[in-house]
Amino acid sequence: MTGTEAGSYLDSLIRVQAQPPAAHSSPAWLKQLRARALERVGALTVPTTRDEDWRFTDLSPLTRLSWHPVQGAPQLASADLERLSLPEAAARLVFVDGRYAAQHSFNHSGLTVANLPAGMAEHGASVEAHLGRHARFEQDAFTAVNTAFLHDGALIVVARDAVLEAPVQVLCISTQKETASYPRCLVIAQPGSRLTIIEEFAALHQGACFTNAVTEMALADNARVNHVRVQRDSEAAFHIGNCAVSLAHASRYHAVGIAFGARLSRYNLNVLLAEEGAECAIDGLALIGGRQLADSHTLIDHAKPHGLSRQLHKCIVDGSAHSVFNGKIMVRPGAQRTDSSQSSRNLLLSGKARVDTKPQLEIFADDVKCAHGATVGQLDAEEVFYLRSRGLSDAAARMLLTYAFGAEVIGRIGVASLRRRLERAVQAQTSRAA
Amino acid sequence: MIYQDSRTLLAVRDLRATVNGTEILKGIDLSVRSGEVHAIMGPNGSGKSTFAKVLAGHPAYAVSGGEVSFDGGNLFELEPETRSRRGMFLGFQYPIEIPGVANSQFLRLAYNTLQAERGKEELDPLEFDDFVREKMKLLEMNPDFLDRSVNEGFSGGEKKRNEILQMALLEPKLAILDETDSGLDIDALRIVANGVNHLATRDNAIILVTHYQRLLNYIKPDFVHVMDAGRIVKTGGSELALELEARGYDWVSAEFIASGTPKAEVGA
Ligand SMILES: Nc1ncnc2c1ncn2[C@@H]1O[C@H](COP(=O)(O)OP(=O)(O)O)[C@@H](O)[C@H]1O
Ligand SMILES: [Mg+2]
Repeated sequence: MTGTEAGSYLDSLIRVQAQPPAAHSSPAWLKQLRARALERVGALTVPTTRDEDWRFTDLSPLTRLSWHPVQGAPQLASADLERLSLPEAAARLVFVDGRYAAQHSFNHSGLTVANLPAGMAEHGASVEAHLGRHARFEQDAFTAVNTAFLHDGALIVVARDAVLEAPVQVLCISTQKETASYPRCLVIAQPGSRLTIIEEFAALHQGACFTNAVTEMALADNARVNHVRVQRDSEAAFHIGNCAVSLAHASRYHAVGIAFGARLSRYNLNVLLAEEGAECAIDGLALIGGRQLADSHTLIDHAKPHGLSRQLHKCIVDGSAHSVFNGKIMVRPGAQRTDSSQSSRNLLLSGKARVDTKPQLEIFADDVKCAHGATVGQLDAEEVFYLRSRGLSDAAARMLLTYAFGAEVIGRIGVASLRRRLERAVQAQTSRAA
Repeated sequence: MIYQDSRTLLAVRDLRATVNGTEILKGIDLSVRSGEVHAIMGPNGSGKSTFAKVLAGHPAYAVSGGEVSFDGGNLFELEPETRSRRGMFLGFQYPIEIPGVANSQFLRLAYNTLQAERGKEELDPLEFDDFVREKMKLLEMNPDFLDRSVNEGFSGGEKKRNEILQMALLEPKLAILDETDSGLDIDALRIVANGVNHLATRDNAIILVTHYQRLLNYIKPDFVHVMDAGRIVKTGGSELALELEARGYDWVSAEFIASGTPKAEVGA
């Protein structure tokens, strides 16, 4: 694939996606933001496996596909919505093929949980201050394309000292094959506030589609955000996700990222510990089989002293699937007393499954604690025998152990109904594999 | 106890087994009838655990000769899980830790698998909870152990109690308890031994693997066997355990070698 062809691929994405008529009534700054992003789309190309960051993730199948414009009104059947809803949710925003579905959304949270164009009326200045500022599009083709189309999206503003125990759910559902969607989410957590947000990506079809999502979160002093991201796109889908998080003084961010779906998925999570005493815990689980590829690149950027980061990334890889993990920990000059640990643990369920895991530590301060480790292995034969000696079949024993491996990460999700739903999904997937 | 109308549960004839090509079991003969308690004693490394694991079907050991019938059928035709479902139970010398699997979930799964096999009703989590708590009382076990991962962070004694709890749930026909007494303090030993005595009936049998006579003060064996270098070199009544306690094992081996039994390949 040459650069020109890749450039034209991005152009073709632009051509197929019409801006909604309402876009021309956007504020001037937003129009400019889109225009700058569009300019970058013209200059950037789709990365190839020659790029170090995309070494294992070949996007050329994506560039061979073309997409149709989304048809009709955004609409879900009530049974589908029911299946994906969370009884605990205080608010829900639903996007169908990238477009806001007001009739499926609600907000009992007392906070601003709204579609971007509506929410901007009240929070114009802070949205302008954050939107497109954390997820940089200058060097990233996919973020640039998403930003060039920026219109509908989730906006959540948690007011100063507001504490919302119940989760806010953002559902992005693909219902039409051979379409591309560009979900967008912005979370502004003001000082001392607390929020749990569940972002879920799912498809109601088995066909090819392209999801190119961008999420930005800004946590002010002492804010706390729990962020669960569930990717269950269709088996033939291409899923590219970018999430950028910025942490102010003593704020805390906990992420649990679950990737089950998509033929090819790539998730880039960048967490910037921008001020002193910020903390983050980043947990990830990929459960893939068949010919799936799940690629997770994370960057935890310790920019200031006394930062704390904890990371656990787990992959369960079956069939001839391939998981990629690149975990970069950056400790910038002066970020003394940084305390960071990272663990990558991988379970191979078949001889053809493949794992590439790479910790990447770049440490420019001397008074720091940074631990990391990676394991790749199969189910423990002694554990399997122990369970069989108690009457469990070989398949049941393997399923239970596989389930347990994944349950460690799922167990860190604070929303019981989602935990149960994911545990059932793991059981279904592992019993299919057994 | 030895009963007149008992039936043979286990018949082992000239059993040989290897691990990684090395022969560990070199011709074992043993017959166990319902109602009986057998003790297998012998020095470390004599092959006691290997024997127990071969009976349970551990895949690391290859049977290289001999026959074993269990409850009237050929044991070696059965998968490990089938052996368990037909009533064989191995209490492990070193019970494995399984992080991420709640003990209650594991115990219920094992119990319900067996219930299904026997065509009996399975228990839902609440029903099982009541049921298992009753069984735990027998072993004076804290119910907190239900919520923890299987054996994870359990002390040696707690692991052994958890093994006997599984025995209590599965009610095996033949329980092989491998060094269940090791790692137990005197109170725990008494509790575990009481539990085992409580579970012993005239329809089942127990093989106690131990190298101390201590346990046998609480659970009185009908037969005591001494293993050495992969063979049973002597069999006697419960008084043999006391003699071993007093004199050690060396004299038994010496006697065995001197007797020049036909199967012996001395010096191996
Ligand atoms: N998995 C194994 N791999 C290699 N050697 C083994 C294995 N299991 C047992 N052995 C060897 O077999 C012999 C008997 O061991 P074991 O059955 O554990 O004895 P005991 O339980 O009587 O102490 C020992 O020499 C031991 O090293
Ligand atoms: Mg042993």
